[in-house]
Amino acid sequence: MMALAPSRADSEFEHLFEAIYERYHYDFRRYAEASLRRRVAAALVHFGCDTVPHLEQRALSDPQVFTELLRFLTVQVSDLFRDPTYFRALRDEVVPVLRTYPSPKVWVAGCATGEEAYSLAILLAEEGLLERTQIYATDIHPESLRVAQAGVYALDRFARFSENYLQAGGRASLSHYYTAEYSSAVLARSLKKAILFADHSLATDSVFAEMQLVSCRNVLIYFERALQDRALGVISEALCRKGFLGLGLKETLRFSSHASEFREFVPDARIYQRL
Amino acid sequence: MTEPKHPNLAAIVVGGSAGALEALAHIVPALPGTLPVPVAVVLHMLPRRPSGLCAVLGELTPLRVKEAEDKEPLAPGTLYLASPNYHLLVEREHCFSLSMDEPVLFSRPSIDVLFDSAADAYGPTLCGVLLSGANEDGAAGLKHIHDAGGTTVVQAPHSATSRQMPAAALAAFAVDHVTTPDRIGPLLELLAAGGERAEPRAEGARS
Repeated sequence: MMALAPSRADSEFEHLFEAIYERYHYDFRRYAEASLRRRVAAALVHFGCDTVPHLEQRALSDPQVFTELLRFLTVQVSDLFRDPTYFRALRDEVVPVLRTYPSPKVWVAGCATGEEAYSLAILLAEEGLLERTQIYATDIHPESLRVAQAGVYALDRFARFSENYLQAGGRASLSHYYTAEYSSAVLARSLKKAILFADHSLATDSVFAEMQLVSCRNVLIYFERALQDRALGVISEALCRKGFLGLGLKETLRFSSHASEFREFVPDARIYQRL
Repeated sequence: MTEPKHPNLAAIVVGGSAGALEALAHIVPALPGTLPVPVAVVLHMLPRRPSGLCAVLGELTPLRVKEAEDKEPLAPGTLYLASPNYHLLVEREHCFSLSMDEPVLFSRPSIDVLFDSAADAYGPTLCGVLLSGANEDGAAGLKHIHDAGGTTVVQAPHSATSRQMPAAALAAFAVDHVTTPDRIGPLLELLAAGGERAEPRAEGARS
């Protein structure tokens, strides 16, 4: 698959995202361009469109097409306990501090299909904190939020999930938290009860509650620097003093204008603490 | 504004898989720490293997060697390695971005993804180098670099542990330089210093 030639497609590309913003209020205008270009190129093939304006016309005239296009524009991949070192660091270093709050609030920003939020719920349950913790899990993609809310995943993914869970310092067996039904695994109701799934955009929405921990992993990589700064501003404002921010293992605050508002807390796990 | 016919090189991108590390080990010692351009490298690796590659390559070259981080600006005299399990891309503001998009030709990081994005970002001021490898990732991306007016270098198949990757590029278009790893290092140094450009091409998107 070739990327679109930038010179020719530039204005078409901008026009597409301006039009989407106008019509649907989804803001992709400041997404990191290089990978967005590839995803639009893939969408052109999928929808059988020859040109970006053709795709734009179809997406604007048919909301169904737009909903399907969203799937191409946002990257929706995750696992339970992905990057076990991150969850181990949360358990060992962050949970002892969360414990000191009467009712901690945790925000999974950009939760996709929910795996990260459920991983945190399991971890907090094992630490005896879930009962008094509120987890917010937000995303811009309605279909992903539906999947997340259902908490049903393909059973064949659970061999890898279990391995992750154990490496992350799991105290029991992952099978404790789901029921197998045919080829699916349904996560426990007690986990779902602790999570509020909601529509929220780091590109256009603002703070909705004060948080003790924000987990926002492999979300900001899809934003260009200006939009990263906007999103990090929202997160920084949401965090209480000494609250925690977890990023993806290859993400850094170093190039952000909000870097000075945080200190490195567990550098290897990319966990930062709000000053 | 018209572009100069022989614009100075602004960046080098390198890709390879099986046998490419051996080739790189011959190439990087020849690059000076004062290399006036950045070098970005994608090697296919197993997703879960912890990457000791920075340390290995750092021993071999005076260049600064590090994993590329998201939104990090590309700096001269530095060799950036793509992290396992993430695509590495170059934005037009000449900073890196990472993505977890689908693997391309079963590969993440994918050489095509780096090459395509770097060709868009740098156009004729980019040099792409494709090394030994056992699949065809990189060939389309190298052609994209060529079509955008950039300079292309391919490891001579006879010198490659796995010939499929260089052969796929050679079959796709007229590559500027086909040579062995011991000559690629000095060639890159020369290109970075503004010498040894390929002849301007009649076809392609240089206009």
